[in-house]
Amino acid sequence: MRTSRADTLFRYLTIAVATTVIALFAIYFVELLNGSSLTLSEGFFFILSSTWTDVVFGVYPMLWGSLVTSGIALCVGVPISIGVAVFLSEISRGRLRSSLGFLVEMLAAVPSVVYGLWGLFVMAPALSTYVYPSLEQYLGFIPIFNCPDKFVPCFFTGVSVMTAGIILAIMIIPIIAAISRDALLAVPHSQREAAYALGATRSEAISMSVLSYARSGIIAAVFLGFARAFGETMAVVMLIGNERVVSISLFNPGYTLASLIANEFSEASSPIAVSALIEAGLVLLIVAILTSFAGRLMIRRFLKSREAASYI
Amino acid sequence: MKLRRLISDRLWVAFTFVAVAIAVVPLLSILADVVYQGISSMSLDFFTMLPPPPCSAPSGCAPGGLGNAIQGTIILVALSSVIGIPIGIVSGIYVSEYGNNAYGSSVRFLGDVLAGIPSIVTGVLVYLLIVIPLRGYSATAGGIALGSMMIPIVSNTSAEALKTVPNSIREASQALGIRKWRTSLLIVSHAKRSIATACLLAIARITGETAPLILSAGISQLWFSGLNNPLASLTFYIYYFATSPYANWKALAWGAAFVLIVIVLGINMGVRLITRSKEYQS
Repeated sequence: MRTSRADTLFRYLTIAVATTVIALFAIYFVELLNGSSLTLSEGFFFILSSTWTDVVFGVYPMLWGSLVTSGIALCVGVPISIGVAVFLSEISRGRLRSSLGFLVEMLAAVPSVVYGLWGLFVMAPALSTYVYPSLEQYLGFIPIFNCPDKFVPCFFTGVSVMTAGIILAIMIIPIIAAISRDALLAVPHSQREAAYALGATRSEAISMSVLSYARSGIIAAVFLGFARAFGETMAVVMLIGNERVVSISLFNPGYTLASLIANEFSEASSPIAVSALIEAGLVLLIVAILTSFAGRLMIRRFLKSREAASYI
Repeated sequence: MKLRRLISDRLWVAFTFVAVAIAVVPLLSILADVVYQGISSMSLDFFTMLPPPPCSAPSGCAPGGLGNAIQGTIILVALSSVIGIPIGIVSGIYVSEYGNNAYGSSVRFLGDVLAGIPSIVTGVLVYLLIVIPLRGYSATAGGIALGSMMIPIVSNTSAEALKTVPNSIREASQALGIRKWRTSLLIVSHAKRSIATACLLAIARITGETAPLILSAGISQLWFSGLNNPLASLTFYIYYFATSPYANWKALAWGAAFVLIVIVLGINMGVRLITRSKEYQS
């Protein structure tokens, strides 16, 4: 095939433009490393400090808050998501399946600030009136459900680590459910038929052959859900109370890395405070990249195993 | 034994029903609340006036609206589309038509990773790169922040759209002696409908972003007054007014959420309906 000058030019143009994607990725690292050099030079372990004063800026409480809220989100969200995915791929049929799939996709499209608004005025008051008091009453012997002060109901406003975790669960359900559903739909029919041929009930076929076959796809979905929860900003900043405390009780207010940046960046007075906030952003960046690497590797592995199976 | 298996089977099915109910109830509640509380703020004033002073009295508050925020969101979406869509589509052309190599797959992979970076981190980046050199929040910074988020999304979705065009068309075009670059453009025009869909979905996604705007466009009580000044947006005003203690501001936050939901879910539903009706035809 003849290549003309126009061909070469066009190819180089597309290469140059595509390079912006790679350059953008590099710029994130360079800029965030540069911007946080003041605190990075103190050693990366500034995050282990829990004090935040005019001279010391430790983000340990926020790291804790990010991990705990995403942990709650996964504990609540993963079982529900898997249930939804199984319902969508194995149990529902026809119109019900497509309209429910549509609803789940719409849930993923709602902007996070709207989740925050709804969480603040509808969900948090409802939880603190109907759910938290009985949780505290019956499970209060477990420290995480305990009110630190017996005389003041700690869930008075409903703004707490628990509430932030639950809104995150609602936000990651559509993500995990949609990816898991795709993984379940990709399981070959022979898997189900083999289980039925052995006399399995529908639930046994689902749990033994379908879910275990799609395991790496579902784990990938959980990774991506965690990444979303860990970096989510707006819904959390509106619902967590934004206090730099580390407490075992989930009914207390807290803080996360992302909500710290959103809340304090524009008011940060000293260069070292700005540097600490940028380093918090660097931690978010690294966690996001690691989880999405892991998630994509799992998806690739799942697709490979499926291809291998289709040759058999 | 048989009974136990039957019961566990029924329990499994019941569990999935409960899971679906738990997942769907929040969506219905969000829609119901946003529509119910938002509609009461809808009036001509909402679209044409500037934000009112705070007021919690049951009546007699000064009228006001979020006209500037609607204007600001439109400007931000336009700016970010101008940046994100051309770069994204051309990069998608590379990935699909030329990128059958290590460089192409790394562009694709890093695009996926970039799309997963928390949007607040994008805000920090734009603050360092644009806001500090320009000495303040600006519409430009907001457009760049949202535009840079659009690039990887548009690049990967349009690459996927281009890959669905059958190879026979590429071969036919080259058999006719049409040059490679014109063939690529032919493929683009063949996939133009799905590329347009991808761009619309990216716009819907960007319209709802808040976190990057906090550190780039900032917020403004006034109408748009130049690219170098801070710019209001619907999403930032939802956050700002919802966390304020004033009744009239909170009501406006619900109104803004209503407008935002109509735009974002409207685009999403429209796109799904169009693609579905096309599937029926083929």
